[in-house]
Amino acid sequence: MPQQSPIYLDNSATSWPKPPAVAEAMTRFLAEVGASPGRSGHSLSIDSGRIVYRARAAVARLFGAPDPLRVVFGLNATDGINQALYGLLGAGDHVITSSMEHNSVMRPLRALEKKGTDLTVVDCSPDGELDPAEVEDAIRPRTKLVVLNHASNVTGRLLPVTEVAEICRRRDLLLLLDAAQTGGTVPIEMEEMGVDLLAFTGHKGLLGPQGTGGLIFGGRVDVNEVKPLKTGGTGSRSELEVQPEFSPDKFESGTPNAVGLAGLLAGVRFVLETGVDKIRAHEDRLMRRLLDGLAAMDRVTLYGGTRTAGRTATLAFNIAGMSPSDLGLALDEQHGVQARAGLHCAPAAHRTIGTYEEGSVRFSPGFFTTQGDVERALEGVAAIVAGGAP
Amino acid sequence: MSAPVFSVVLFQSTNAALRGEDLAEQAGIPVKLIPVPRQLSSDCGVCLRFFRTDQARMEAMLSAGNVPIDAIEPIN
Repeated sequence: MPQQSPIYLDNSATSWPKPPAVAEAMTRFLAEVGASPGRSGHSLSIDSGRIVYRARAAVARLFGAPDPLRVVFGLNATDGINQALYGLLGAGDHVITSSMEHNSVMRPLRALEKKGTDLTVVDCSPDGELDPAEVEDAIRPRTKLVVLNHASNVTGRLLPVTEVAEICRRRDLLLLLDAAQTGGTVPIEMEEMGVDLLAFTGHKGLLGPQGTGGLIFGGRVDVNEVKPLKTGGTGSRSELEVQPEFSPDKFESGTPNAVGLAGLLAGVRFVLETGVDKIRAHEDRLMRRLLDGLAAMDRVTLYGGTRTAGRTATLAFNIAGMSPSDLGLALDEQHGVQARAGLHCAPAAHRTIGTYEEGSVRFSPGFFTTQGDVERALEGVAAIVAGGAP
Repeated sequence: MSAPVFSVVLFQSTNAALRGEDLAEQAGIPVKLIPVPRQLSSDCGVCLRFFRTDQARMEAMLSAGNVPIDAIEPIN
């Protein structure tokens, strides 16, 4: 077949391509700044620190967080989630989560369970819907935290965060939101929504590079009560051999990924300038076409419903009689479609929607995906359904 | 005309100093991030210099923004 450019439908894993400003900012940082942020008084270090600070302020603005100093950077959302869970939970504490979570939440919770934290996993419907009343029913006297994904990385289905947040406020619990799948593509105002801790990643909807992300503490969280995941040099209070108690330094030991954060700043600026609503509207149009196109095909099963409302630009599907891995390979080799097949690091979610044995194939278009890309992807699936040779 | 008279805000961290710089710029208070003068002790390496006549506004702004500071010191 003629060589065509690949169709990238794996934005739920990593968004790509990025706005050109992202690579430009990273190149400029390496060529012209380079220094350690927050470690020295010289002007290149200050410039570096200012870039990292601006990334903090941009992330705070995007997510409706009032204080940039409560934005803690790490490698990704997993880092932020681990910081929140290990920082807050101990033996005897009770934590509630949903059956649609990614392993970034499930694995630390299962590990904490072994150390004596009590865990309740609230079941979602086969379409991935969560009933907030079941979260409330799971609350116990020692419940401290509720952890939810904002949207599933498998089905794209949004969970009822505002409703659960209202319960958390009323019952004096903290709410940790895993916004890996929604940051930059779904509007988030953490204070307004009642989110106390927000884990985010830079490499998906924020359009930044891999290796950037972290955790935001909302106003109800006392950072003095949160244990740091790691300790070490912070560039502050160097005369002391104990960790400083103030944010973000308390949670950011070691030289950060400043070049990555320069890229993240450019990515978040692009999102802010473009507008999350515009990004979402574009992705919704692509999803409408993908869902309609796939739903009309014989042998195709879609998971998580066929509505575009209440979901991100992520869908999971299978073709009857074909394993997801074979389907993923055929899409790639025969049609140049880059899609993820398997369990997507979310075995609980696949168990919930009934695809635990083999998983599914996931399509996740992004802001730079075109209608033409979507048509080519649908033609690819249709050809595979029809059993057509490449 | 007499030379300008400056003070500096010493912060707990460069992160806090950069937050202070950002808030001052938003509030229209002229500031400059400079290395901490020798005679003063601060670990984070940088401090925020401002015209001493702006001291009340600086203090109010930093307090309203919940920016923890170590001290405000005259430097000339």
